[in-house]
Amino acid sequence: MTAEETAEETAEETAQVSAQGRAVGTPSPRVDGRAKVTGSAAYAYDRPVDDPVYAHPLQATIARGRVIAIDTVAAAGVDGVLAVVTHRDAARLADTEDAELSVLQSDAVAFRGQFIGVVLGETPEIARYAAGLVRVEYEEEPHDTELRADRTDLYRPERVNEGFATDTDEGDVDAAMEAAAVTVDQIYTTPMEHNNPMEPHTTVAVWDPGGGFLGDARLSLFDSTQSVHAVRSTLARVFGLRPDQVRVMSPYVGGGFGSKGMPHAHNVLAVLGARAVPGRPVKLALTRHQMFSLAGHRTPTIQRVRLGADEGGRLTAVAHEAVEHTSRIKEYAEQTAAGTRMMYAAPNRRTAHRLAALDVPVPSWMRAPGEAPGFFGLEVAMDELAVACGLDPVELRVRNEPEVDPESGRPWSGRHLVRCLREGAVRFGWEGRPAVPGTRREGRELVGLGVASSTYPYYRIPGSRAVVAYDGRGRYTVRIGAADIGTGAWTVLTQIAADALGCPLGAVSVEIGDSDLPRATVAGGSSGTASWGSTIVAACRAFRHAYGEDPPRGAEAGGEMPRDPDAKRFSMHSFGAQFAEVRVDADTGEIRVPRMLGVFSVGRVINPRTARSQFIGGMTMGLSMALHERSVLDHRTGHVINHDFAEYHIATSADVMDVDAVWLDEEDVHAGPLGARGIGEIGIVGAPAAIANAVHNATGIRVRDLPITPDLLLH
Amino acid sequence: MIPFEYLRAGDPAEAVAAVAGRPGAAFLGGGTNLVDHMKLGVARPDLLVDVSRLPLDRVEETGSGLRIGAAVRNSDLAAHPLVRERYPVLARALLSGASGQLRNAATTAGNLLQRTRCPYFQDVTTPCNKRDPGSGCSAIGGYTRYHAILGASEHCVAVHPSDMAVAMLALDAVVIVLGPAGERALPLADLHRLPGDTPQRDTVLEHGELITAVELPDLPFARRSAYRKVRDRVSYSFALVSVAACLDLDGGAVRDVRLALGGVAHKPWRAALAEEALLGATVTEEAFRRAAEAELAAARPLHGNEFKVPMVRNAIVATLRDLAEEGR
Repeated sequence: MTAEETAEETAEETAQVSAQGRAVGTPSPRVDGRAKVTGSAAYAYDRPVDDPVYAHPLQATIARGRVIAIDTVAAAGVDGVLAVVTHRDAARLADTEDAELSVLQSDAVAFRGQFIGVVLGETPEIARYAAGLVRVEYEEEPHDTELRADRTDLYRPERVNEGFATDTDEGDVDAAMEAAAVTVDQIYTTPMEHNNPMEPHTTVAVWDPGGGFLGDARLSLFDSTQSVHAVRSTLARVFGLRPDQVRVMSPYVGGGFGSKGMPHAHNVLAVLGARAVPGRPVKLALTRHQMFSLAGHRTPTIQRVRLGADEGGRLTAVAHEAVEHTSRIKEYAEQTAAGTRMMYAAPNRRTAHRLAALDVPVPSWMRAPGEAPGFFGLEVAMDELAVACGLDPVELRVRNEPEVDPESGRPWSGRHLVRCLREGAVRFGWEGRPAVPGTRREGRELVGLGVASSTYPYYRIPGSRAVVAYDGRGRYTVRIGAADIGTGAWTVLTQIAADALGCPLGAVSVEIGDSDLPRATVAGGSSGTASWGSTIVAACRAFRHAYGEDPPRGAEAGGEMPRDPDAKRFSMHSFGAQFAEVRVDADTGEIRVPRMLGVFSVGRVINPRTARSQFIGGMTMGLSMALHERSVLDHRTGHVINHDFAEYHIATSADVMDVDAVWLDEEDVHAGPLGARGIGEIGIVGAPAAIANAVHNATGIRVRDLPITPDLLLH
Repeated sequence: MIPFEYLRAGDPAEAVAAVAGRPGAAFLGGGTNLVDHMKLGVARPDLLVDVSRLPLDRVEETGSGLRIGAAVRNSDLAAHPLVRERYPVLARALLSGASGQLRNAATTAGNLLQRTRCPYFQDVTTPCNKRDPGSGCSAIGGYTRYHAILGASEHCVAVHPSDMAVAMLALDAVVIVLGPAGERALPLADLHRLPGDTPQRDTVLEHGELITAVELPDLPFARRSAYRKVRDRVSYSFALVSVAACLDLDGGAVRDVRLALGGVAHKPWRAALAEEALLGATVTEEAFRRAAEAELAAARPLHGNEFKVPMVRNAIVATLRDLAEEGR
């Protein structure tokens, strides 16, 4: 994402969609709901294609070194095997700058599980069987996958994710800590985690060589992605094609959580496979095992948080320094501490990010990258400060509410954190919280309540375009290459278009998920609704401006995402307050979370039904992060050893009890024509800290390392 | 795909003959574990002999207890009225295992013979003495959270994953085995092995031997029994540790007790030392704790699973305490 440009806007462009709109604000059922629950929605791998070929990858079984021999004879000789492609014979890529996507271009192995080849067979079983017959010899080099804060090779990245500054320093944190009446100085850690959408990463690639010249070739993919246009532009660059030679289609996506926000190596591998069998569709679906080394992950973090305060709990110093890993071949620097910069008022503030470049797969986005792990450290530290000051944790946060963004000095477009905290405290029964940790016991259970703040930036990504067309019989079609990864975007965009056109919901069809549609930005950074929605509003207004209320058959008009002059004038963020009740078994340390409540301030909510689903889904993922999720890297082998759903624990339905979310009835008048900020990620932010804080309240045990498991609470 | 043959056996003798006569053959029950292993490359049978449809799917009273057919599905066994009434520990153990879908498919004998979920055993890219004898044990020095604290060896530290077997062991179950030479009865306590230097062998069964039934002796005091499974999440996770217990009280003293542990060893672990310590003991938490500690004196936790020792101790105490309170 890049900084948005500023420009003077006409009143019409910046005017908000009327709050009297018929569809926006109503709980419309999902437009794709019936297709999904009946199983008729065709996900990428489900698309019927003629004469498919199935790809099964070969993966490195060392973490660093070189392939010195690869014997494919037996595999190639299996009946039904069409080709075995390795670095020796794979097509040369036009652009290998992105090392993650530089697939099969050399003999080098940079992490365990990296692609070293692909087998193409007439059936998935044949391809997989043949893949098992390939014999590989390596020249192995010592590898290193262990993140520690005391590594001597930590380095300072130039920028961190989303373009944030790597470090910030204001005032004198060390002196303020020295002088503070009350201090907290602790290390918090979060583990490596994997996104694990239910639908694996799949792609179906067809290479049509045309007349044989690269300039005539056509590449089409059915892909499971959060951005058809990112896949198109990236693959075009990698393969030396013009974007118009590539088409990517992705109408349905079974979850992504960031891991499908950009193309990964499997996309390139599938296309390399397709080039080996021109004209035939090559189907590739990563197995669950493969997703643990090839589709991104959340970096582990080691966070030092220091807080200094006066006796009344007013912060005098806030420092948040994070250590993370990245892969040796490609830098991904997560913005773990960036959210801390704007969160609380304090005259002395410092944040820093340091990286260890290790022999690990390439980390990437996972729901609320930065904020999700970073607010575990910050918000548990705030709870520790409340205990140290003898203050209620809600009151501590209220006392440190900044009037303006402490980092930029800009006014807030709408910061209603205190309202969220107070509203949540009443709804959750916060006054019943035990003042002294470990003192409320019911039967064999220790009971506690916890709270944490939550925030997520308002992102709008410029670059989208939408087109509105009319069929002359009362039906409007809105085209934009957006993605609905299960969020409800498809439904919400339909509502927005209906209101912007002033027509009934049923008169609008929205087409998404195809790179032949007008260009759209990624479903990421909780930016989709605001970015695509405002683009659709612009297109609808252009349409009405050109054709009025009675358009002719074939009428068509387009619009670009309007610029956002307020983005430079205001600090724009969503906020929330997360509450959790935990019950800890006094004998075994087992943890239950019978109640969670999130109160959110996100601007206008377009669809309460899908919004609620986003909030409680994020909170559930936060519960899972708090208690379960941990990718165990075996540093001897360099791979994640608990790489399936039996061993990599995600909260089951039985773990998820009463999870509720409410939101303030508001609109953000500075947040574009919709008045809506993003909602996809804020639900996970703060939820793990609320649970950890509740565990402390229940047991008196302060857990600073996720996940919180029974063994940590045993007496 | 990796080619294999499939045979649906007409009767148990035919199944036994088919497997016994072919070194690469395997029995197929519910397939919930074996089929996974075939996909992962952990198992490569060249013949599957399907025994899931043999007429071994009945639960019958024998006059001296209950006879459970080898093909009875886990969910059916858990729901059986006689099991729920007489052996609640078994019903609870079954329901704490796997998921609803898996329990609908998994069979009684298959549950006993399921293999460890040690991640290294299941990952063919890592050394494992159980999968590939002599290649080494990757778990030692690795990820040991779910591994053994009792009875392990330098060759293998895996645990048996079953919940059902732990309850059956506490109930003194007997396994009926049909082999090429005929039928034999084997106490469940003798079925599973400790790893020693041959961890590739989970049980004492010879190739071709087929479990046809499990017999539970009449044990009236098992009506007061419980299964406590301690785990990292509420559903679909293997035990960190588990306790199966049946308690018979005589006023304030223990008249009789059965105690078995899961998640601690290469086999379901009968806590004989604890039972011995409990017999005749006064019912107090302190007595329960001393009994648990007697059993755990031999525990040798690994780096990374030290917590299991206090966790089992607490789980034993809590289970016995709850049973004792239930009886008051």
